[in-house]
Amino acid sequence: MSLRRYALAAAISAVFAGPAIAKDYSLLNVSYDPTRELYKAYNAEFTQFWEKSHPGDKVEIKASHGGSGAQALSVINGLKADVVTLALAGDIDAIAEKTKTIPADWQKKLPDASTPYTSTIVFLVRKGNPKQIHDWGDLVKPGVGVITPNPKTSGGARWNFLAAYAYGLKANNGDETKAKAYLKELFEHVPVLDTGARGATISFTQRGQGDVLLAWENEAFLSLNEEVGGKPGKDQFDIVVPKSSILAEPPVAVVEKTAEKNGNAEIAVAYLKHLYDPAGQRIAAENFYRPRDPAVAKEFESKFPKVDLVTIDDPIFGGWAKAQPHFFADGGVFDEIYTNK
Amino acid sequence: MNHSNAMSASAARRGSPAARWLLIALGWLMFLLFLALPLAIVLTQALALGVGPFLAAIVEPDALSALRLTVLAVVIAVPLNLLFGLSAAWCVSKYEFRGKSLLVTLIDLPFSVSPVIAGLIYVLLFGAQGLLGPWLDDHDIQIIFALPGIVLATVFVTVPFVARELIPLMQEQGSQEEEAARLLGASGWQIFWHVTLPNIKWGLLYGVVLCTARAMGEFGAVSVVSGHIRGQTNTLPLHVEILYNEYNIVAAFSVASLLLILALCILLLKQWSEAHLDRQRNSAAEE
Amino acid sequence: MSRRLSPVIPGFGLTLGYTLLYLSLVVLIPLATMFVFAARLTWHDFWAIITDARVLAALRLSFSTALFAAVINGVIGTLLAWVLVRYSFPGRKIIEAMIDLPFALPTAVAGIALTALYAPTGWVGQFATSLGFKIAYTPLGITLALTFVTLPFVVRTVQPVLADFPREVEEAAACLGAKPWQVFRHVLAPALLPAWLTGFALAFARGVGEYGSVIFIAGNMPMKTEILPLLIMVKLEQFNYPGATSIGVLMLVVSFILLLLINLLQRRIQTP
Repeated sequence: MSLRRYALAAAISAVFAGPAIAKDYSLLNVSYDPTRELYKAYNAEFTQFWEKSHPGDKVEIKASHGGSGAQALSVINGLKADVVTLALAGDIDAIAEKTKTIPADWQKKLPDASTPYTSTIVFLVRKGNPKQIHDWGDLVKPGVGVITPNPKTSGGARWNFLAAYAYGLKANNGDETKAKAYLKELFEHVPVLDTGARGATISFTQRGQGDVLLAWENEAFLSLNEEVGGKPGKDQFDIVVPKSSILAEPPVAVVEKTAEKNGNAEIAVAYLKHLYDPAGQRIAAENFYRPRDPAVAKEFESKFPKVDLVTIDDPIFGGWAKAQPHFFADGGVFDEIYTNK
Repeated sequence: MNHSNAMSASAARRGSPAARWLLIALGWLMFLLFLALPLAIVLTQALALGVGPFLAAIVEPDALSALRLTVLAVVIAVPLNLLFGLSAAWCVSKYEFRGKSLLVTLIDLPFSVSPVIAGLIYVLLFGAQGLLGPWLDDHDIQIIFALPGIVLATVFVTVPFVARELIPLMQEQGSQEEEAARLLGASGWQIFWHVTLPNIKWGLLYGVVLCTARAMGEFGAVSVVSGHIRGQTNTLPLHVEILYNEYNIVAAFSVASLLLILALCILLLKQWSEAHLDRQRNSAAEE
Repeated sequence: MSRRLSPVIPGFGLTLGYTLLYLSLVVLIPLATMFVFAARLTWHDFWAIITDARVLAALRLSFSTALFAAVINGVIGTLLAWVLVRYSFPGRKIIEAMIDLPFALPTAVAGIALTALYAPTGWVGQFATSLGFKIAYTPLGITLALTFVTLPFVVRTVQPVLADFPREVEEAAACLGAKPWQVFRHVLAPALLPAWLTGFALAFARGVGEYGSVIFIAGNMPMKTEILPLLIMVKLEQFNYPGATSIGVLMLVVSFILLLLINLLQRRIQTP
């Protein structure tokens, strides 16, 4: 483009776009495993939303997916994420603590403790539920194979683990030793321990492993909607909702220092805020994440079964800052029940 | 020598027909079981839904960008290791010095180091928490989770390939021709260019082919330093994993079969260079 | 073959210098970083990490599956090398060319292909299931994956030695009344042994470190089917640098020792 034409184009866009100067943005969202479909849809929506309100801008959103812990580690090691959308607050805390690129009080920056959507843990079983699995207690029946990913590396697996622990406590009137014994028994029923939630789903659906998959609600719904081995998932699997489960809160945060450096400070915040708008909430709900917005929640009410949900801030866990080291650090509860066989 | 001994001598040479066919059949069985079957399953899974989805998966933008990145990594890594291989083979085969055996072992080292370790060391060195991390960050240099990191990991795992092929070849050929050229007044470059290179060209090609194959297919090391950004830092093998994790089994196997076809091409090239190498060896033996 | 000193050829300083510089930059300095990180630990801590039950289990698994795979390849590889060198038969050229497929095929592709093959729903896996055992997600599956990946090693080291072996020796032995099996045992096997051991050790070393092809088929269960390289990844993902580097150092030392052994063996082949 010659200088004159360039100047002309700049002048025209200045006239039509007002004072703002058109910009090209490239935003990197580092996310966890089961959000691939959600953010594929949301990125398209956000690009459109931004380009409409900022004519002349071009937005390109790049995504990276993997086990939540692995993704957090990549960011800590220098992956230049503008925003992180991970499976649990503990992983974002780790980034904040190790890199200082995210402020320590990041959960206060956005509504609902920076969690625009929630989910829970449900069971996916083979069609017709041949092993008659209805609640957590049925998982340890003889001959039942349970698929869950590795809590050491997978965020979803940590929610699975805590939900099972909450059940174990409740079923044994708060006896911790018995709750651990239940978990120990549960993990004796696990034939494959994948590193991420998606790997576990593939093991269950494609590779025919186990009788029940402990899965994110959205991941379970997705399996029903996908074709598996040339047949619709609906004809092969059923979702079983246990009587109690855990409120899984996958949070989001702007990696402020990085976004600033990349000139993305403004758009990164807008990207996450738009998740709370009805359009963003609707996309979340369509991808089987429970929306926060009451109106949208009402709209999709029939989609999400009612479950008795315990939260991570319940006294039995005491928030991620306490639960993470207690349960999942080396030598924590998971190691205790898993390695002492 | 009596008659029966003569018989058994020729039997030993040819083997009894039964044993011979049994062994051939066993060889075929092993080949089918261990090599042909995995190959067949990649192709059948890729074509499970017909040619359309297969081609669609390959020309999809993310797949093409992964292909570009893979080619780029190969194009940078292979020449670097080619130069290194020539230099290493020259000094190991033409001279005697202390510590040569150690040097050869060090050259081989990346070959048996786990790919995961190859990735890990670059994270420890260049990662934000690594030794050089803060300095790199201050100067806005991105090594891991970007092209340089991917190239470095690829270079690391393919360091030995060219050198390993050339060292035994050049040792076998000896240095007489070079010495003669030297006596006739040739310079070092002239010796290399006009005497050594023609002698080793097929071995060199063979090494380059193996190096290319490994560089193209490296997974573990690259996976550690890639960051898995779609359309940006994904190589083809990583793209296969991503597709596999997205329920997109057909696309995963389609891209896998693209890699398989590339691998088969490499095998053909290798066969060709090997045949030339053999011919060269035989004619040298006849002289 | 000249083992003579040849001081007339120029370039010693240049090539040695470049070789050392390149090796240092690409291989040695990065590897040293791992030791720097590991050195932040006391000996006691290091020992505690590598004798942890889970690490020991992974160690046992990685070494035993790599060893089994190398043994299987020792047999299959010798058989294939023998067939390829000694017989001409239909398809020999194809087998000859395809032996190196596992080298040329990206390990991730091998991983998904083998998993598709050996999973309970796969072509081979379903037979195993009906016979009442599992291949994928067990040490058996890992062994098979490693067998595939390291298949070419033994073939490619034994093949040239076998091809160069003078037939007259075998014939002489046969003339003296040795049975074919005795010829193989007492004449051929001792001659092939160094090459065979080299191939075996290479396959073993590669098998211990292999990652891409194994993680898909292993099932990755701590204590049961979790290999050492995966354990490094897992430790890394938990921000456990001391753990990851300690295991890394351990593996590195083992592979270095193995390689030294291989090079000593190769020297013995070259100077019989």
